[in-house]
Amino acid sequence: MSFITVKNLWKEYGDHVVLENLSLNVNQGEFCTLVGASGCGKSTFLKMLLGQETLTRGEMLLEGNAFPEEPDRNRGIVFQRYSVFPHLTVRQNVLLGLELEQSPLAGKLFGSARREALKDVDAMLEAVGLAHAASKWPHELSGGMQQRLAIAQSFVMKPRILLLDEPFGALDPGIRGDMHELILKLWRDTGTTIFMVTHDLHEGFHLGTRLLVFDKTRNDPQQPEAFGATITYDLPIGQTDQQTYESIETSVSTTARSLSG
Amino acid sequence: MRLINRHPGRVSATLLGLLPFLLIMLIYSLASQERLAENPNDKLLPGLEQMTAAIDRMAFQEDRRSGDYLMWQDTTASLQRLGMGVGIAAVLALVVGVLNGVLPLIRANLAPLVSTLSMVPPLALLPILFIVFGLGELSKVMLIVIGTAPIMMRDVAQRVRELPGEQLIKIQTLGANSWQVIVRMVLPQIIPRLIDSVRLSLGPAWLFLIAAEAIASTEGLGYRIFLVRRYLAMDVILPYVIWITILAIVIDQCLRLANRRLFPWYNAGGH
Repeated sequence: MSFITVKNLWKEYGDHVVLENLSLNVNQGEFCTLVGASGCGKSTFLKMLLGQETLTRGEMLLEGNAFPEEPDRNRGIVFQRYSVFPHLTVRQNVLLGLELEQSPLAGKLFGSARREALKDVDAMLEAVGLAHAASKWPHELSGGMQQRLAIAQSFVMKPRILLLDEPFGALDPGIRGDMHELILKLWRDTGTTIFMVTHDLHEGFHLGTRLLVFDKTRNDPQQPEAFGATITYDLPIGQTDQQTYESIETSVSTTARSLSG
Repeated sequence: MRLINRHPGRVSATLLGLLPFLLIMLIYSLASQERLAENPNDKLLPGLEQMTAAIDRMAFQEDRRSGDYLMWQDTTASLQRLGMGVGIAAVLALVVGVLNGVLPLIRANLAPLVSTLSMVPPLALLPILFIVFGLGELSKVMLIVIGTAPIMMRDVAQRVRELPGEQLIKIQTLGANSWQVIVRMVLPQIIPRLIDSVRLSLGPAWLFLIAAEAIASTEGLGYRIFLVRRYLAMDVILPYVIWITILAIVIDQCLRLANRRLFPWYNAGGH
C-alpha cells in the first residue's frame, strides 16, 4: 500500500469543475513538484492534502485512512507569503510549534523545558542559515530569509508531509537557487514527503523526484469551467528529454491562454 | 513645480502648523480687547488677565465653601470616570471581539447583536441608565461603556479577521488547538490594534462623559463648565475646555508611545 492514495478524485464548486478523475499514488519520502497553468487546481489539490478543502467525489487516503479534515501537526505548509508570525522574533517563530505541542494550556515553555527546546530551534536555524538573525523580527528579514524561516518553522516539527505552495515565487532568481539547495538538503536529511506547487516549469523539472503536470484534457472555449484538470504527465525527474519538456510547455501554455482568454 | 510635489522643510512645516493657532489667538485677543475697551465688565470674550485670575481661583486656591481645589477635584473625578469607562469597554471589546473574530459559532451567535447595539444612540439610553443605575458614578461609567464598547468590539473582530488566513492555517499545522490559536497568535497581535481602537474611542468617550456630567453630577470637568454657564463665566469655561483638550492630547500620546514601546514589531511595518 502506498503512503498517499488518490482514486478518481473530483473537486467541484457548484458548476465549476476544478479537478476531474484524478488518481495518484505517492510513496513515503517522494518529492513531487506540481506544475500547470493557474486555475488548473494545483493549489486546490494542495489544500486538500492539507485538510483545508474537502473532496467532492472519490477517495483520498493517507496510509489507508481517510485524510484528516483539518490541518494538523503532521502536515506542514510554507506559503508564498505570510507564513511567519510578525509578532515573534525569528527564534520564537521556530520555537512556537514545539511550545504548542508541549504546553497545551499556556502554549509557552519556561525554564529547562524551554532551554531544551531551544537547542532544537538553534540547530534548525543553523541548518537554514538564520543563526545570525535569531533575535530579529520577521519584517527585518529579506523575502528569501523569511521563506527560510517559514521552512525552519515547519521542519522543526518533523512533519510527515510538507506542502510548499509556490514558496519561491516572489524571490529573485539567484536566491531561488540557494533555496532549492536548502530544501533538497533538508529533504534528504529528514526523508519527509514533499509536495511543491510551482509556476516555474524549469523549477519543476529539476527539483525533487517526480513531476506532476496538472492540465485540462478537454477544453470548452465557451464554458471554460465545464471541464476540470487532471494529472496529464506523471514523470520521474532526471529522465525527461527535451521533447517531452517542450510538449508539456506547449500544452500548459495553451491551457493558460484559453483560461485567461 | 506642481503644487502636489512641493514639500515643506522641517522648520517651515512646524511654522505652518503653528500658524493657525497663532491666528486664532490673535483674532481672539483683538476681539476681546475691543469688547473690553467698550465695557470692562464684558463676560463674553475674557482677556488673558481674567482667565489667569479664574485659573488661579479654580486651581490654586481653596474653594471658600468646600475648602477643595475645584479644578483638581473636577479633573480627578472626570478622569476616574473616563478611565473606568474606557477600561471596562476595552476589556469587553477584547473578549467579545476576539471570540467573534476567531470562532465562527460565536460569531453567528453574537455578531448581529453587537452590530445592532452599536447602532443604538448611546445618549438615548442615558435616561434608562439614570433610572436603572441611579444618578451616581455607575450610570456615568456605564454610558461611556455602552457608548464605546460595541464599536470597539466590531473593530476588534474585524481586525482579527484581517489577520492573514495563511497564519491561521500555519499555526494549525504547528499543532495549535483553538485556545492556543487565541493566546499565541490572535491576542498578541490584536492588543496593539485594540490600543489604536481605544485612541479613536477616546473622542466619543469624552463626549459621553461630559454629557452625563452636565445632566447629573456634583463634580467633574463637564459638570463645572455647565454649572458656570449660568453666570456666563467664559473666563472659567475657556480654560476648562483648553484643559480638557490638553488632557485628551496627553492621554492619546501616552497610548501611542506605549504602543510603540511595547510592540516594536507593530509600528515598524511588521503587520
